[in-house]
Amino acid sequence: MSNAKLLLSGNEAIARGAIDAGCTFYAGYPITPQNELIAYMASHMQKSGGVFIQAEAEVSAINMVFGAAAAGVRAMTSSSSPGISLKQEGISYIAGANLPAVIVNIMRAGPGLGNIFAAQSDYFQATRGGGHGDYHCIVLAPSCVPEAYDLTQKAFELADTYRMPVIILGDGRLGQMMEPVQVASPQARKPASKNKPWALTGCRGRKPNIVKSFHMKQPDLESSNKAQQEKYRLIKEKESLADKYLVEDADIILVAYGTMARIAKPCVNSLRKRRIKAGLIRPITLWPFPEDIFRQLAVSRKPLAFLVVEMSYGQMVEDVRLSVAGSSKVEFLGKAGGGIPTEEEIIKSASRLYEKNI
Amino acid sequence: MLERIIIAGSGGQGIMLLGKVLAEAGMREGRYVTWFPSYGAEVRGGTAHCFVIISDEEIGSPCVEEADALIAMNDLSLRKFKARVRKGGLLVINSSLTGKGAKIKGIRAVSAPFTEMAIGLGNIRVANMVALGAFLKNRTLVKLDTIYKVFQDFAPQGKEGLVRINRLALEKGMD
Amino acid sequence: MKKIFSRPDSLRNIPTHYCPGCGHGIAHRIIAEVIDELKIREKVIGIAPVGCAVIAYDYWDFDCSEAAHGRALAVATAIKRVRPENIVFTYQGDGDLAAIGTNETIHAANRGENLTVIFINNAIYGMTGGQMAPTTLLKQKTATTPFGREEKGQGWPLHISEMLALLKGVKYIERVSLESPQEILKTKKAVKQAFQNQIDNVGFSLVEILSPCPTYWGMEPPEALVWIRDAMRKEFPLGRIK
Repeated sequence: MSNAKLLLSGNEAIARGAIDAGCTFYAGYPITPQNELIAYMASHMQKSGGVFIQAEAEVSAINMVFGAAAAGVRAMTSSSSPGISLKQEGISYIAGANLPAVIVNIMRAGPGLGNIFAAQSDYFQATRGGGHGDYHCIVLAPSCVPEAYDLTQKAFELADTYRMPVIILGDGRLGQMMEPVQVASPQARKPASKNKPWALTGCRGRKPNIVKSFHMKQPDLESSNKAQQEKYRLIKEKESLADKYLVEDADIILVAYGTMARIAKPCVNSLRKRRIKAGLIRPITLWPFPEDIFRQLAVSRKPLAFLVVEMSYGQMVEDVRLSVAGSSKVEFLGKAGGGIPTEEEIIKSASRLYEKNI
Repeated sequence: MLERIIIAGSGGQGIMLLGKVLAEAGMREGRYVTWFPSYGAEVRGGTAHCFVIISDEEIGSPCVEEADALIAMNDLSLRKFKARVRKGGLLVINSSLTGKGAKIKGIRAVSAPFTEMAIGLGNIRVANMVALGAFLKNRTLVKLDTIYKVFQDFAPQGKEGLVRINRLALEKGMD
Repeated sequence: MKKIFSRPDSLRNIPTHYCPGCGHGIAHRIIAEVIDELKIREKVIGIAPVGCAVIAYDYWDFDCSEAAHGRALAVATAIKRVRPENIVFTYQGDGDLAAIGTNETIHAANRGENLTVIFINNAIYGMTGGQMAPTTLLKQKTATTPFGREEKGQGWPLHISEMLALLKGVKYIERVSLESPQEILKTKKAVKQAFQNQIDNVGFSLVEILSPCPTYWGMEPPEALVWIRDAMRKEFPLGRIK
């Protein structure tokens, strides 16, 4: 059976991507706008031999994922902003215990109950820990449905390779919009999790394994943390990803991620039609943030300015500022709460920025 | 080719399905497509609309600001969205539930009593496909055969009768 | 001409967003009538849930607060403790009270907080698109039990009211339904008792109301009322539980 082309929503593509990556445990709780994901899992996870649980709440779900991951299985949970807030303790535990897991946040506007429309206001939460302690999650930001499918599979690979939580950061638009996706046939599906020597499977024939983040003796916790920090250093070196569009000769460089980037890209073309050399950088890993690209461009290309566009009141812009470390102008355009920056607004801002600085 | 369509009506009129059928057909004919829903606060009643974009090129935002076509299944939707239709665009109106047809300069309006026609066929729920028929008659976006195949694949097991009636509804809309 | 029937003062003159055949409208009205009759409108503080009734505070005309999903009884506990002279009630669905909020529910009940709890049980999660609730019946099909709820894997419908009755802190629990005019009248009586209990400092009082959700049960409104009578009540019998 050849690969099929299906019209799927972002939510469904992520669910399908997980199953095709050999994920055999999913626990979640309904919350708009990711309900299509849990519904897909309810219909398909068991059919593919996995476990599906609608937990009593998001906190239970993340702790179930902790359990499944400790037992050596590829495990995933999903939610949206308020529910992800609930999961922070569990994510810190997963990070502290060096467990692999995938957490999907289909962002909606906040704070508090907010509303059900797309936003990008959880960037800080995702990239700056979110939970307590010195840990990081790898954060992947798809901007179209096929990429959501691919990055979900990549998320499981990264989680297993580095034994840490990986966050897929989408938003309500990506979650609910439908686009054609090429998906793997069931035969091409990855087999359920390979052997993990550290996992809890019963200690027959080996020394017992312990899964924990608790290290009461002082040097032990420090060593554990140092090992994790070394892991993060390696990840920063090797795993950062970004898309570049027409930046080599750009004067104004737009910066956007996720579905915001889909709107920013046509703006680049429109601006170029008006003889403004625009370009776009689309970070795909938000942690590790692709700092090098920004640093290099700021120094070698010396654009007039970076214009960071987000469905928020300014979160990723801080990472852009950190990356250029003062050697380039960085401006921000954004809003959240249901409304999103339009092509018109972006073009206007970019044009003004160009005129002010040329 | 770029077609940006707004399909709007009240919850329960099969608005989303209509959009999905179109998007699926567009995909099967090798085009870029996006489908994007929008719900009101209400679960039923209220307004529901979806945006369908069918294009030969990569699609940016899945939301439609300026539409090439609007299919309005009730009055609220017509009033809400008619201003978004561009000059030279197409308006498909369900006259069963809207006031006297809209006359907007420079926009081609096609109106028929889709709800009544569906009731005439025996199932009020296929009013959406009658509308689709009327739309396709005025905009050759996808082949009819593709749509019929989509009906076949979308129908749940054992409900082949649904395929027949949706097909009838489509044909009725086309003439 | 003498006016003998009108909208309660505690109910705003605003069309609700609820589906045709939903029980929320009736429940909201019952509460408003009771509050008017007990003359406590200016003392009442209501806490709205997360669920279809998330904007209940737009329909009632007295002080209200939101609460995070499931946390209404924690919020209510604090309000009542700092303002004991006010009448504080929560209005919660099956997910809010018996899934994510189970912890808060059990402990508020166990502490015997002098609160009134209106528990709307419609065996489904309406607002998010019809997923399984703790009180979903066995074999019932929902968005997350597409093949029907099974004991193995999803467990049995949760009898939270019977569980809470075990706690010494709980003083009054009654299960009622909205399936017919007679039952609606009984519902109002129970709701009134639950509010009167708070006024009289009796203690934790809960009314579980079996309510229709035609949209996600996949039924027409009249069918839904019959389903309460013939199916829900077999699992959740009506009457005084404590």
